[in-house]
Amino acid sequence: MNIQLQKEIEKLKKQILALSAKVENDVCLAVRAADNQDAAIARNVVNREKETNVMEVNVEEECLKILALYQPVASDLRYIVAVLKINQDLERIGDLAVHIAERALFLCSQPRITIPFRLEQMANKTQQSLKKVLDAFVNFDEAAAREVCAADHEIDDMNQEIFQQVKEIIMQNPRQFEALLQIMHISRHLERIADHATNIAEDLIYLIEGRIVRHAAEIFQTKGPPEQNS
Amino acid sequence: MNLLNITMPDRADVLSGNNAGQMPAEQTHVAVDNFSVFYRANQAVRDVTFNIPAGYVTAIIGPSGCGKSTILRAINRMNDLVPGCYAKGKLLFDGQNVYDPDVDVVMLRRRVGMVFQKPNPFPKSIFDNVAYGPKLHSRVGQNKLAEIVEHSLVDAALWDEVKDRLDDNALSLSGGQQQRLCIARVLAVDPEILLMDEPTSALDPRATLRIENLIADLRGKYTIIIVTHNMQQAARVSDFTAFMYEGVLIEFGLTREIFTKPKNKQTDDYITGRFG
Repeated sequence: MNIQLQKEIEKLKKQILALSAKVENDVCLAVRAADNQDAAIARNVVNREKETNVMEVNVEEECLKILALYQPVASDLRYIVAVLKINQDLERIGDLAVHIAERALFLCSQPRITIPFRLEQMANKTQQSLKKVLDAFVNFDEAAAREVCAADHEIDDMNQEIFQQVKEIIMQNPRQFEALLQIMHISRHLERIADHATNIAEDLIYLIEGRIVRHAAEIFQTKGPPEQNS
Repeated sequence: MNLLNITMPDRADVLSGNNAGQMPAEQTHVAVDNFSVFYRANQAVRDVTFNIPAGYVTAIIGPSGCGKSTILRAINRMNDLVPGCYAKGKLLFDGQNVYDPDVDVVMLRRRVGMVFQKPNPFPKSIFDNVAYGPKLHSRVGQNKLAEIVEHSLVDAALWDEVKDRLDDNALSLSGGQQQRLCIARVLAVDPEILLMDEPTSALDPRATLRIENLIADLRGKYTIIIVTHNMQQAARVSDFTAFMYEGVLIEFGLTREIFTKPKNKQTDDYITGRFG
């Protein structure tokens, strides 16, 4: 048994899980900041961006080191490749959390507006997907990863719905244009976060099964189409 | 030269097909069919079945004592030299069982050449080493012999290094050069299959690289079967890989599949170093 390689992989696992936890927390805080128009929380998220970037670079360097020194194969190779890709998605999710926090900061400088949209529901759904896929990553849970893939359409639809609603309200009430634009952006950022969660789920399926399911409709076959929103 | 008159598809084409790994029957060069080998009461190879495709490089991997060298040596009946060794089942080379009583073993070994772990040149000149086989197997004139020697040394990627000193003793060559000389010696008798039993285990990394490059150059001209303990080497040089454990064939398939997503957990455990 290559004990040294297994030690390195364990170390890498801890690093990527730490990054996952941090990014998940950032998304949670950013959404709360936008929801409550809490500038302090928003600033906290923005200030922590560098930390995410450093963690991402560390994970990548660790992966490259393992590839160069140990030439892993089979399940070990798939793990390193999956971590390399998941690492990028996590970093992007971290960036999007910062973008949401920046939008929240802008909203804080505006009169409070009532958000008549399903933004809160969308934020909850996105956070659930992110949490589910990161738990699936910890537990190597392929079924949960497939559920995340299937749920993505629902979040896409919510984003489209919010986009249409915002457009209509802006036409009726142009004075709220700036604030409403931020809402539209937040919705778009949440939708992108869900896309990255789906990417992670697809990488996880590759890691477990060795099959690349990206772009393949078959990932829905075992679970059926995504549930329609009632 | 393409001994089997098979159009060699591009490696990428073969490896990306939906039916990759399932070679058509006409491209099978060696068919191992319910084949077992015994050393007296000890069964070293147990009912192994798989097809070795023509013109490709097939690696046989597995821990020590798994039977990989025994299978390799069965293909040109080198095991006949081991007292108490006998085989059951079929080992078909171009459709004929190599263990049929009417098989001419000398002719078989001409068609199925072998390169060993340690280079074993004869204590003769470089020229005589390569010319030895052709002189033994057929009457050839001096000019033709010189042509064969040059051609074989070129194919073995050694010509440029030795062309000005063909009369030097082969033992004066470096280990890596000696191994390539042994490959040239095998190529000189125009074989169809090259068996390589850990051909680089006695060589330094640079010499190993040259042999691996040579294997890549020879791919398509010959069917190459290599036994190696070096997992990365198997991954680098072969198109197909067979994994054996305790005399049993655990998995056979495309090398790129075996080394990225093996079907069998034992294969995964072995190549990732979790056991063996």
